[in-house]
Amino acid sequence: MNTVRIANGQAFWGDSPAAPVAQVRGGDIDYLTLDYLAEITMSVLRKQYERDPDAGYARDFVDLMSEIMQECIERDIKVVANAGGVNPQGCAQALLDVAASKGISGLRVGVVTGDDIMAQLDDLESEGVPLQNLDTGTSFDEVRDRIASANAYLGAEPIARALADGANVVITGRCTDPGLVLGPLVHEFGWQWDDWDLLAAGTVAGHTIECGAQASGGNFQGGWRTMDDLAHVGYPIVEVSADGTFVVTKHPGTGGAVTTATVTEQLLYELGDPATYLSPEVTADFTALQVQEVGPDRVEVTGARGRPPTDSLKVSMAYSDGFQGAAMITYAWPDAIAKAELADSVLRTRLKDLGLPLRAIRTDLVGYNSVHGRVVPPAGSDQSEVVLRVSIWADDPDTVSRFAAEIAPLVMGPPGFTGLLAGGRMRPSRVMAYWPTLVPKSVVDPQVIVRDGV
Amino acid sequence: MRLIDVAHARSGDKGDSVNIGLIARDRSDYPLLVKEVTAERVAHHFAGVCLGEVKRYELPNLGALNFILTSALGGGGTTSLRVDAQGKAMGEALLFMEIDV
Repeated sequence: MNTVRIANGQAFWGDSPAAPVAQVRGGDIDYLTLDYLAEITMSVLRKQYERDPDAGYARDFVDLMSEIMQECIERDIKVVANAGGVNPQGCAQALLDVAASKGISGLRVGVVTGDDIMAQLDDLESEGVPLQNLDTGTSFDEVRDRIASANAYLGAEPIARALADGANVVITGRCTDPGLVLGPLVHEFGWQWDDWDLLAAGTVAGHTIECGAQASGGNFQGGWRTMDDLAHVGYPIVEVSADGTFVVTKHPGTGGAVTTATVTEQLLYELGDPATYLSPEVTADFTALQVQEVGPDRVEVTGARGRPPTDSLKVSMAYSDGFQGAAMITYAWPDAIAKAELADSVLRTRLKDLGLPLRAIRTDLVGYNSVHGRVVPPAGSDQSEVVLRVSIWADDPDTVSRFAAEIAPLVMGPPGFTGLLAGGRMRPSRVMAYWPTLVPKSVVDPQVIVRDGV
Repeated sequence: MRLIDVAHARSGDKGDSVNIGLIARDRSDYPLLVKEVTAERVAHHFAGVCLGEVKRYELPNLGALNFILTSALGGGGTTSLRVDAQGKAMGEALLFMEIDV
C-alpha cells in the first residue's frame, strides 16, 4: 500500500450528521475517523448509563452506522470512533444488532476498554498518586466526593491491536483524538513503537484532521470570505505515506478549501509548547514541520519529529460544581445601553436585598462589548439595541431559580423591556466541571476484544 | 497598522488558558511579528482579560507565533460565565493590536 487515506467525519458530538456520509460517498477512503467526546461528555454518558445499563455511548454513532455500515464493509472502509463513551461494549452490541436487523454480514467490531478508572480512584489515592489538578495544582480532596467520571486518555496502541485482530469497526471510550488516526497508520505500515519520527508524523496527521472542517475552510479566520460553498464544506482527508509524509486534501466538488493557510491555522489550534505535543505513544515536535501546496486543495506536511513519551497518561475527570443560569433582555433606542445598565443595577440591588449566596455574577451587554470587552472598544454608545445578559453561578439550584424570578419584574424598570430572549423563565442548569490530572501509565491496562457479527 | 493587515489567527481553549496561533499572511512579514508582537505587548493588549502570564513560542517554519494566555477565560470550560467561554474570538481580538512598521 503506497498511501493510506484517512478521513475525519466528526469533530465533536453534535457536528454535522451529513459530514461522515459525505466522506464515505464522496470518493475513495480507507478509514473514517469520528470524534464524539468533549472533555465533560463522559459525565453525561455515565448518568445515562446509571439509568439504563444499555446506554452510556454516542447513540448518534449507531444511527450513522446504520446508514453507512453496508457500504463501509463492501468497500473495506474501516471506521474508528471514540463513540463508546462509558459503555463501549453496549455501543458494540448496538452495532451488532443493527447488522443483524439489516442482514449485513462481515461486521467485526473491535472494542477498546480500560480507560475508565473510576473504580480505581481509591486504590490510586492509597498508593500515593496525588490526582491533583494538572492546571491549578488544587488538591484532589476538594472534589473527591463529587467526581462523576474519570477516564484516562488511551492512545493508538489498542486501536492498532484491534485492527490487527481483524476489526473493521473500532470503538473506544476516552482516547486521544490523534490516536484515532495514528492507530490505523501503525497497523497499515507496521511502524514500530520506537519509530519516534513516524509516530510523531501520524500524530500530527491526526491533529490536523481531528477538528473536522477546521482544516478545510471552516472557522477560517484567514480568509472566510473567500471560502466557496461552506454549506457543503468538505471535511479533511489525510493521505499518509509510509515515511510519514502526508497530504491534506478533501473530496472533489465539496466546499471550503485546503490551503497552507487553512492547514497552518489548524496545526496551531489548541497547541501548547510546539516542541512538546504530548500523547501516550510519542512526544511530537512541530518546530520543523513544513507545509506546502502541491496541488489544488492539496497541502503536503513533512518534517515531524518525535521523541519518547512521558511515563504518565492524562486523565479527564468531571465533577459536579453547582448550577448556572443566564437571563437575556433586549433594550432598544433611545438610550439602549443606559436602560440595560439601569435594569442591571435594579436587578443587582434586589439580589443584594435577598442575600442570595452567589458564587459569581456577570453582566454582559451583548451586541456592544460582551466578547472583546475593552480590548476592542465599541465604536460608539448610541446603539439601536443591546441585549442585557446577566448570568450567575451558585451552589444550589434554588438560588438560580430565585434569581430567575427576579427577571420578569424588570418590566417595571426602564422602559422597553421587550421580553425574555431565551423564552420563558430560565431553569437552573447543572455545571459539570473538568478536572485534568495525570496517572502513571502502569496503572492503566487497555483491553481489546473483537466481536464478530454474522 | 493593525495586526489584521498582516496576520491571521486562530484561538482555542485548554482549561482556563487560551492559545492564539498568529500567522503571517506573507511569510516575509514573520520577522515583523517576532519583533512587534512580544509576550509583554500581548499581555498589555489583554490587560484585565488575561489575569495570568503570557508565553510566546516561535514557529519560523510555519511563519507563526503561538501565545498561551493563562487565567484568561473566567475559569474556563463549562464553569465560565463569559459569552466567549472558550476564547474562540480572542485570536481576532489580538488582530486589533497596533504595530509599528
